[in-house]
Amino acid sequence: MKKREIYLDYAATTPTDPRVLEVMVDVERRGLGNPSSMHMKGKYARDIIEVSRSTVAQTLGAHPDEIIFTGSGTESDNLAIQGIARVHKTHGKHIISCVTEHPAVLETLMHLKERLGFEITLLEVDEHGCVTADQVMKAIREDTILVSIMYANNEIGTIHPIAEIGRALDKYRKEHQTAYPFFHSDACQALGALDMNVEKLHVDLLTINSSKIYGPKGVGALFVRRGVKITSIQFGGEQEKRLRPGTENTAGIAGFAKAVELSLECQKKEVKRLTKLRDYFIKHVLKQIPNARLNGHPKDRLPNNVNISFLGVEGEALLLYLDAQGIFASSGSACTSQKLDPSHVIMALGVSHIVAHGSLRFTLGRWTKKKDLKFVLEVLPEIVTLLRSMSPINVDKS
Amino acid sequence: MTDLEQDNFQPWFYSDIVREHFFHPQNFLDHEIKIDEYNAMGRAGSPACGDELRVWLWVDGDDERIKKFYWQTFGCASAIAATSMTSVIATQENGMTLGEARCLTPRQIMESLGGLPTRKIHCSVLSDKALRDAVNDYYRRTQQFDKIEPEATRVIDPIARVTDKDIEEAVLSGAKSIDEVAQKTKVHLSDPRVGQEVAQLVRFYLEKYQ
Repeated sequence: MKKREIYLDYAATTPTDPRVLEVMVDVERRGLGNPSSMHMKGKYARDIIEVSRSTVAQTLGAHPDEIIFTGSGTESDNLAIQGIARVHKTHGKHIISCVTEHPAVLETLMHLKERLGFEITLLEVDEHGCVTADQVMKAIREDTILVSIMYANNEIGTIHPIAEIGRALDKYRKEHQTAYPFFHSDACQALGALDMNVEKLHVDLLTINSSKIYGPKGVGALFVRRGVKITSIQFGGEQEKRLRPGTENTAGIAGFAKAVELSLECQKKEVKRLTKLRDYFIKHVLKQIPNARLNGHPKDRLPNNVNISFLGVEGEALLLYLDAQGIFASSGSACTSQKLDPSHVIMALGVSHIVAHGSLRFTLGRWTKKKDLKFVLEVLPEIVTLLRSMSPINVDKS
Repeated sequence: MTDLEQDNFQPWFYSDIVREHFFHPQNFLDHEIKIDEYNAMGRAGSPACGDELRVWLWVDGDDERIKKFYWQTFGCASAIAATSMTSVIATQENGMTLGEARCLTPRQIMESLGGLPTRKIHCSVLSDKALRDAVNDYYRRTQQFDKIEPEATRVIDPIARVTDKDIEEAVLSGAKSIDEVAQKTKVHLSDPRVGQEVAQLVRFYLEKYQ
């Protein structure tokens, strides 16, 4: 019998949907040429990419020429932020972002600060991990060229009011008769779960990624609104309007487009189903396990995100006891990170180290069933009790 | 298909011995300890580093060997396994003498565990420190004050001769980051091993004194 496997780490990456895989294998089997080649084999590959581009553009309510395919969400974030910074630094060197952003954004911003003399304002978040449009508007200066705020947080699932921020920025630009600041949002976690229409969101740049929506790894995209000028951060080819040089990953791009199509098809139903499962799971974990706290916003959170801290227990130990039961989750504990730092997202909520160290993230997805969560609810309380009995930190007293 | 599908796939991040001690920890204190169950107590670590460790020893008054070693830890898999292993080593074959216990090194503990991932060594093996702390506590309780050995300072950067105490001093005098500590102590962050140690100590002391 196959060992039990309950995958609850969909926010880390989603398994590739078999229907996506089929498309990719089919593309590879055809033995395609280089999309830049003039012959028939090349033209065929080019056509696949352009059809895929239209599909992705359609999902965002964008024009196909506004979509740049990249190698990942991280690459898209880099291209957006550095691409804007390098062109528009003559206008100003101030960028606004937020403390809970993904490292792909935060570390790019730190690079701009340390190497190129940019000034970065990182907005603080409230106890649920949220920033407001008001905060953004208050931080704007005459030399602000970019605002970059993630759509939904990858660790705690908190959703930011992107449309509201976008509208406020639009209004500011009109009133001040300026093109600045541009608005970028990292929407890697939001794709497939939230409204992605770039007109409604009022974004100028939007990062999305295939490996979070049951598509292949190694493919991402960046939406760049017509008229917004960015420059390349790598060199050596004409591909993707010179913004992402290098031979295109034709099969990967085709797989991404298929994944986008599939997730759009079932989005409404899936969001409803996952929200129900999520709330069921949160309710029962908090009911069954004392001294546990939900991290992130209770309502404005991704339909598939559950992030709970079990006080007095260290996350890696929890994670590995669950792993032994065939349950795969993730933790914000320092021990699970390469740098041995606790999660910057959970620390930003203004909580103690103990909360970050005891945090566990379960992210649900396309193949999560209620009976899987029931099984987790059966074993999790015992594991927490066992680890608490080994811990000198007395949570009842703290 | 790939080899990962075959028998040689190692599904576990740590060694088998770590696994055994993690899932079946030995000698951990699973009850409220009573005053007559121990005659020495030691502690090490800080929750900021992800680890907090307490040990309780019962030392035989006649031969001064460790007969019982109870512990509790707020730590990851390797911290739990390392402490469990230390408790076994310290109490086996009639128990270690206090002198032997003082000489137990993280390296010995790590080797008995079949190795640990590099980044985990410094933070997860705290049991030797807690054990030395407990040995001192035993001598304190039995009023053998001449035998108490305060924790010696440790050289972190052999070139700049920077010790852990220097780093502690730097934090106490207001340094708030690794770079500020480096400015004060002239420690060489370019050496990755030094850098890693410094980073951990800085974090430890920042948490301790904030």
